[in-house]
Amino acid sequence: MNHSPIALLAARCWRFVFQRLDLPLFLIVCLLAGIGMMSVYSATYDHNNRLFSQMGNMAFGFAVMWIVAQIPPQKLLRFAVPLYLFGLILLLCVWIFGIKVKGATRWLDIGIARVQPSELMKIAAPLMLAWFFHHFQERLSARHFLIAFILLAIPFLMIARQPDLGTAILVGAAGFYVIFFAGLSWRALFGMIALVAASMPLVWTYLLKDFQRRRLLTLLDPTSDPLNSGFHIIQSTIAVGSGGMHGKGWLAGTQTHLEFIPEKHTDFIFAVFSEEWGLVGNSVLLIVYFLLIGRCLMIAAETPSFFGRILAASIALTFFTCVFVNMGMVTGILPVVGIPLPFMSYGGTALLVFFCALGILMSIRTHPGRLHN
Amino acid sequence: MRTYHASDSLSSSFRDFHGDDKGPRFRFRLIVTVVLVLAAFGVLFARFFWLQILRHDYYSTRAEDNRITLVPIVPSRGTIADRNGIVLARNYSAFTLEIDPERAGNIDETIDELAELIEITDQDRRRFKKLQGEAKNFESLQLRSRLRDEEVAIIAVNRYRLPGVEIRARLFREYPLGSLAVHALGYIGREREADRAWIEERDPGGEQIGNYRGTRHIGQNGLERHYEFQLHGKAGHEELEVDRFGRAVRRLSIVPPVQGATLTLTLDVRLQEVAERAFADRRGALVAIDPSTGGILALVSMPTYDPNLFVDGIRSEEWDALNNDPDLPMYNRAIQSAYPPGSTFKPFMALAALETGKRTPQQAISDPGYFEFGGNRFRDDKAGGHGSVDMHKSIVQSCDTYYYQLANDMGIDAIANFMRPLGFGQKTGIDLENENEGVLPSPEWKKKRFRKPEQQKWFAGETISIGIGQGYNSYTPLQLALATATIANNGVMFRPHLVRYITDSRTGARTMIEPQPVRALPLKPGNIEVIRRAMVEVNKTGTGARAFAGVPYTVAGKTGTAQVYSLRGSAYSANRVKEHLRDHALYIAFAPAEDPKIALAVLVENGGFGAQSAAPIVRMVLDHYLLGQTASGPAPEDPGAVDSDAPAETGEENAPALELPAEDEASSPVEPVETASP
Repeated sequence: MNHSPIALLAARCWRFVFQRLDLPLFLIVCLLAGIGMMSVYSATYDHNNRLFSQMGNMAFGFAVMWIVAQIPPQKLLRFAVPLYLFGLILLLCVWIFGIKVKGATRWLDIGIARVQPSELMKIAAPLMLAWFFHHFQERLSARHFLIAFILLAIPFLMIARQPDLGTAILVGAAGFYVIFFAGLSWRALFGMIALVAASMPLVWTYLLKDFQRRRLLTLLDPTSDPLNSGFHIIQSTIAVGSGGMHGKGWLAGTQTHLEFIPEKHTDFIFAVFSEEWGLVGNSVLLIVYFLLIGRCLMIAAETPSFFGRILAASIALTFFTCVFVNMGMVTGILPVVGIPLPFMSYGGTALLVFFCALGILMSIRTHPGRLHN
Repeated sequence: MRTYHASDSLSSSFRDFHGDDKGPRFRFRLIVTVVLVLAAFGVLFARFFWLQILRHDYYSTRAEDNRITLVPIVPSRGTIADRNGIVLARNYSAFTLEIDPERAGNIDETIDELAELIEITDQDRRRFKKLQGEAKNFESLQLRSRLRDEEVAIIAVNRYRLPGVEIRARLFREYPLGSLAVHALGYIGREREADRAWIEERDPGGEQIGNYRGTRHIGQNGLERHYEFQLHGKAGHEELEVDRFGRAVRRLSIVPPVQGATLTLTLDVRLQEVAERAFADRRGALVAIDPSTGGILALVSMPTYDPNLFVDGIRSEEWDALNNDPDLPMYNRAIQSAYPPGSTFKPFMALAALETGKRTPQQAISDPGYFEFGGNRFRDDKAGGHGSVDMHKSIVQSCDTYYYQLANDMGIDAIANFMRPLGFGQKTGIDLENENEGVLPSPEWKKKRFRKPEQQKWFAGETISIGIGQGYNSYTPLQLALATATIANNGVMFRPHLVRYITDSRTGARTMIEPQPVRALPLKPGNIEVIRRAMVEVNKTGTGARAFAGVPYTVAGKTGTAQVYSLRGSAYSANRVKEHLRDHALYIAFAPAEDPKIALAVLVENGGFGAQSAAPIVRMVLDHYLLGQTASGPAPEDPGAVDSDAPAETGEENAPALELPAEDEASSPVEPVETASP
């Protein structure tokens, strides 16, 4: 062994930094962040370059991930209930004092900045449910699952009525995955799926806003409204399709640089990537995302604690949901909902939430031992 | 500790994770999850494959269509110069202020804002609204033209807050000599629906449609119209990369336009100027032809107008003024208006008599001052008659009785058959639009002209006034000039034309409009000589003697007077009617008589008799053309000229009538107006 002070210091530093990080996960995310920043650069370099701003977001995200990873799951458990309640209070505030932007009331003005409490719920809701199931794991009954659904439904509905379908779907999905992994019976699961399918007409009529209905309709036939809501789908589909096998090359996407792609650096960043890197690039990206999700699920599988397992698996599937819905939206097989592509879409808050989730996963991974109530 | 609720349907049994005993059930769910994730990614991959491989060509094309637009580049219009290279029509570059309605947002607000910066008149606004109505897609529309430099600067500074507002350099047509020769040149105006139809009609192959994609102006009249396709040139195009908002990002390729061809005319603008000046404020027409080529040396129709008014879209008040002017300035009298030729018809009648053998030059009649036919007396204007009149004297003194008799002897068919090859009553084929064919009276013509059977019959009495150029006779000044030139050229007729050659702007190659002999009439030189001698005598001792006193060259000519009977639809005030009831003065001439260099026909509306107002104009033109002498001021009227060729009253015969085109008929300058009427 090398006992030189410098080597010792280096080893200590290494330990300090990486002790609570999962190296495979860390590398995968670094790769995604790199691809993401290249795409953001391509999408914005010729006009209002966002690369450096995104680098700042990334750096901040990595820092938050590192800090969260240092927190043992036992402590995270203790955060669950207050965080959830705090989130609910904020949502209530949005309901009452929120700022309306483009027909949606999603933001709170806290003087120095605007915050979007629904983002917090992406973490708080699954954390709360995981805590709940963990707490009652000894005697889980149908009643507990019902309560869990109610705990999830409250923030879900509050966010959906803002309206913010994308975030509501993510919060709902994250919470639902916790419930699923907590042991929701298959019968109940399929029963619920049947119920949801049956209630679709009611949701269509009463729950969805006009523009949401329009988005769904344009999905079926984008050409029906080529200048308005169909425009996004048509143009992003053209971008992806014209990319071909190898793509047009980095910084050479015409759809991107001639501004045919809407929201190109945020929700539609995948269209930019896809146009410039083609099917080859898409395949690589799918594999990287699969590695991310797979690693998360592996962590879930290897975690002994109930809380850790269901939370880790839920986070994994939430990543998956984002990837699938976003790519499906960009390629025109799913309706346009505001769900970002993890670690690639520009945007501080969304990125922060993803890194937070990663931090939780790493904490779960790197803090051995069982949890007790 | 562990409780197992077998009856619990909602929760499965793997609740306890204190041990790994329930781990496999959780792992099962994870495996299901992995399978689902893989399946979902498979769906995504299938979608990528569909879009990027199977449908790649389609989406590539879509992306290219998105990105590339073809913008036509309008070629610069060819210039027009006279035979000496004096420019009659050219282009100049000026800045225009244009608005792209697609990008401008609220157009009215934009215009209001612009109006605070530079002058925008109500006229500009109205014209813009009109353009908006006619506009094709993705076209920027002109709001102001000919911006001054400081206006360009003001707009440029403020452009950032005026989306859709553009300053463009555009070429404008300019006619530097103003109204001079306007009836030959025509003018260009903004392209309208009717012009598109005209292009399609002229171009059945459809080759020009693409060529006119960016074109906004088109020849509306005269040479500008007749040679539209040659003058227009070939449009080029730019392949531009555009962004989503239609903004050009960069140019991918450019095919430059080919400038329109240059027209070099047979017209002599200096001669034209002299001729127009000679008319002063009199109405009328003059056509001067080079008899050996058919080239038009001067083509006058008075009054004139300024073609520059039309270039940028004519103001409605100016348009109304032109259209409502009772003198009909827009009307090309030289080719569109037909008049009875009066006594200028007599030399042709005499030639017909010689060629058909109805008369010899020496054969004389005794003129009692009238010709009696069917109980009616056709009077000569000289009371008591000219005495013994042979052919020579009949032309020199313009004896009517001689020609009453001659017409009667020849009969209408023989007259018509002789006159037709001389071009009377037929389009000459001049390179101008809307030529009137006039009326060569014949029984067939009458049959076609009238609908009622009793009107369709030709009466022998009607033939008699034909002999002195009255009756149904009705010819354009161009036809009269052409017939004169044909005689001057010993019976060889050339197609009259204004363009001498067309110069290709790229190669510089000239396409000559070669003199095209239409036909060579088999006229006996001796017969032509008889006519020529008589016509020379006209200007020595006859009706033209006063106007041509002291002329150093020999000039053959014939005066004429055409009666004006009816003034249907005219809007003249009472004291002007009198003037407008005056006869039209006519004059045909060619000179030098022995080797004609120029043949011409002049008509002065309501000018009285030919010697009085038409002959002095001819003198001025000939002096300029043959001697290079340019008199200043207009041609003088000769109040002392002897009225020897005015037609006499023609009894109850159908009176020849020039009807001034009624206003409603003449409202469009491009519509041929029928002037003959019963």
